[in-house]
Amino acid sequence: MTPNLKWKIIFIFAVVILCVYFVLGLPTFPTSPAQIRDNFTQQIKLGLDLQGGTHMILQVQVQEAVAQETEQTVERLTTAMRSKNIHYEEARRADDTHVIVRNVATDQVSQFRDLIHDQYEGAWELGSAPGDPTAYLLTMRPSYLARIQETTMTQSLETIERRINALGLTEPTIQLHGRKDNEILVQLPGEGDPARAKQVIQAGGQLELRLVEDPATYPSEAAALSAHGGVLPPNTELVRGRSESRNSQNPQDNGEAWYILSRSTAVTGRDLRSATESRNTEMPGQWQINFQLTSEAGRRFGQFTEQNLHRQMAIVLEKHVYSAPVIQSRIEDQGRIDGNFSQESAHDLALVLRAGALPASIKYLEERTVGPSLGADSIRHGVQASIFSLLVVMIFMVFYYRLSGVNAVLALILNLIILLAALAMFGAVLTLPGIAGVILTIGMGVDSNVLVFERVREELRNGKSSSAAVEAGFDKAFLTIIDTHVTTVVSAFFLFIFGTGPIRGFAVTLTIGLIANVFTAIYVSKAIFQYHLAKMDRQAELSI
Amino acid sequence: MIELFKQPNIDWMGKAKYFFALSGLLLAIGWAAIFLKGGIKYGIDFRGGTNVDIRFAQPPDIDKLRASLRAQGLGTSEIQGISDIANPNSNEVLIFVEQSGQTDQALDEGKAKVLTALNATYGLNASSKPDFNAATPTSLAGFLSQRDPLSLSINAGDKYQQLAKNLLAFRDKDKNGLITNMDELAGASGSTPAVISALKENYTLGPFAIRNVEIVGPKVGGELRNQAIRVTLYALAGMLLYIAFRFYGGQIGGSAGWASRGMVGFALRVIDRIIFGLAAVLAVFHDVLITLGLFKIFGFEISLTVIAALLTLVGYSMNDTIVIFDRIRENNRLLRKEPFAAVVNKSINQTLSRTILTSGLTFLTVLVLFLMGGQVLRAFAFALVVGIVVGTYSSFGIAAPLVVAWNRWRGQTAAGTGTAAGNKTRGSEGGQPRLATAGRR
Repeated sequence: MTPNLKWKIIFIFAVVILCVYFVLGLPTFPTSPAQIRDNFTQQIKLGLDLQGGTHMILQVQVQEAVAQETEQTVERLTTAMRSKNIHYEEARRADDTHVIVRNVATDQVSQFRDLIHDQYEGAWELGSAPGDPTAYLLTMRPSYLARIQETTMTQSLETIERRINALGLTEPTIQLHGRKDNEILVQLPGEGDPARAKQVIQAGGQLELRLVEDPATYPSEAAALSAHGGVLPPNTELVRGRSESRNSQNPQDNGEAWYILSRSTAVTGRDLRSATESRNTEMPGQWQINFQLTSEAGRRFGQFTEQNLHRQMAIVLEKHVYSAPVIQSRIEDQGRIDGNFSQESAHDLALVLRAGALPASIKYLEERTVGPSLGADSIRHGVQASIFSLLVVMIFMVFYYRLSGVNAVLALILNLIILLAALAMFGAVLTLPGIAGVILTIGMGVDSNVLVFERVREELRNGKSSSAAVEAGFDKAFLTIIDTHVTTVVSAFFLFIFGTGPIRGFAVTLTIGLIANVFTAIYVSKAIFQYHLAKMDRQAELSI
Repeated sequence: MIELFKQPNIDWMGKAKYFFALSGLLLAIGWAAIFLKGGIKYGIDFRGGTNVDIRFAQPPDIDKLRASLRAQGLGTSEIQGISDIANPNSNEVLIFVEQSGQTDQALDEGKAKVLTALNATYGLNASSKPDFNAATPTSLAGFLSQRDPLSLSINAGDKYQQLAKNLLAFRDKDKNGLITNMDELAGASGSTPAVISALKENYTLGPFAIRNVEIVGPKVGGELRNQAIRVTLYALAGMLLYIAFRFYGGQIGGSAGWASRGMVGFALRVIDRIIFGLAAVLAVFHDVLITLGLFKIFGFEISLTVIAALLTLVGYSMNDTIVIFDRIRENNRLLRKEPFAAVVNKSINQTLSRTILTSGLTFLTVLVLFLMGGQVLRAFAFALVVGIVVGTYSSFGIAAPLVVAWNRWRGQTAAGTGTAAGNKTRGSEGGQPRLATAGRR
């Protein structure tokens, strides 16, 4: 045996041992078949379609955040114009990204322009409104728009992540998804019923404490308006109450209650330091949410409550009034929300308040839930099919190519070990189509061996000696093997780029399997041949 | 050595018209089925809608189900029994609910309605106890921790989480997701009579379990469809470039008259140079079309994984074609005196043994996948099974004959004379045109 061959064999054994290490894991060296399976399942990450779980794609309605920003710009602008005494007829939001200011007093135009230039130049572009010679049109700059969209997405992602993590589920995945910039992917392994998670994710979470301007509540918007002569008092708005807070004994009660609240907020969700749920001591069986304010907000709130003693303060969550208690005394730092909460709903609401409000609402685009029994079934089918196809291939190769067939089988087994080790090492996720990729690797991988063996047979037929035939066979087949793998790997590459989850798993296993196949079918197989030839009698016939 | 094919000598190109006829027939049957029976059958990935896969403890009464679904306003939904080849009595049903319009309804409205219908049919709405067959690890662990049937109190740690996991794993893996009697849980590791009686008190056993739910919104479906078509076209274009580059042919020239002048002449000369690539891509395209037709005939749905299988078979079919083209090029150099069709025949015969073997082995493995891989992968495996057979056939049945036919049409009757190395030499008028090949072997 040449020293070259010796090094080859040592190298191959080193690769084998390294791969086995990756697949089976150390330091707890497995001592029983059950532990082998345990280690194995720990090392290889299973996709949702194999372990069961929920997969959701959410779409953040970024245009809401944009519209909100435009609305706030209008407010700031009007306040600024009033403080500078600039007269105008109307300033309003035209659509999500445009503001119209009409009929600015002609002698104050330059003041107006200066104001815009000083404070709004970076984000807005001033122009004249088409079709209205007296009006100005403020258009949001694309860079500013992009920035709002980006921060909205980042904030949504972080908030959702905080909420889901607070639920205590196993290893959730939350990430941006796809090429559109407003989709988020959420994966919850092992979660068979996503209802609770969905509620927590979608909850707006906007908390506001506002003064109640009119102590009476009304059964409908129209009733509220007519009680005030058709026009709401200045700086107020109508907000709906939660239907659960209504007494359902009254047959006329349709569950609606409308409040007239001040527009300005004393406290918002951002001022919360913490929120927890606890039993409602006054109403046994129900739960409540206690929240603490930051010290700065506490000071503001203290002033607010002092100035408004004996008036009602509405606790508004997600644009619904939950309760409207009377302010009995100065409150500095904490408050309470009660309503018909069970422990679970109180816990979830406290969680949402802690995690912060969502900057824009969420719409669901896609939801898939694989039950755990289906996952277990899929694993079983996949493993059975893999083993069976391996057996079929093995039997055929040994039957058709005799001892060389054993060579091919060894190379194929090493191929699979390398494939599994690579999956474990890269942390790639194994999905059901991924297992199909393994089976396809078995089928295509052995093709390479067939290519070589057929060439070797041809060379033997042409009269070459055993070792020369082997040499020539591998030589001539090399490029063709590379060729046949290239097109399939290119296909897999496309699949990886454009595919999602399970399909990516397929692309990954197929690619890794074929790349490993180049190594095993050429390098390793040849080494086995060379070893065999070295041990063999010079004149003996090659078993192929 | 055992050899399946000893020196075959078949006149493949002579049989070309039979091959074309066979392909034409398959294409016609497949696409007639598609056009006459309502178009390509898209899966939920491309249609949008809701799929609910339910397994029952007893064989379900489909008519009763249909009636209660109708009561929920889901009269147009499709109910299909799933019978797996491997598991014929699985009592499993697939309910498909269409996506109702493009409005902003809750995405899971369909699923909620199906559940209500099921609960109504089986009287589960009345019971106040939770269903053990629908319990999740977190809720079960919560219940067990509260109830503490093992009297662990503060020493519980995460024992109840582990116990919940074991109980549910037993239900899902050993009992296929459905338990009909709580006593069956005695087989789960960690369960004691105290645990079982606690469960009996607090849980009911629903007669069905939800195996799988897929909900795809309306916009997503359309987008995915466009994306799938785009990807397939890109892949084909990529293949065309690759093979055209690899088998870039010289000018088969010499035709006089209208075929050598102006735009037409230019276009024809371009095709001369890339005829191998074109023929290969046409063959692959033919494979995909036949596969789609067979899908319609056998009633399989086109889903995202099926598209993945189609792309894989595009790559695989290219393989085969490259092998034969490789050999044609090699033989072209060696056998200059022979007619091109004969060269092609010889090339196919020489590679026949290895083609049948490699395709046969790959075919066997995907056949195993089709038969044993389970319901989820069945359509995927079908695409591969069909694709490998058709892909192998198209290499010698479509691609090679196309190249031969093109050469013949361009006045080509003899293989190369003159230097083979360069690819820029022009053939003389009506004289000794040859097919020069370039590139490495």
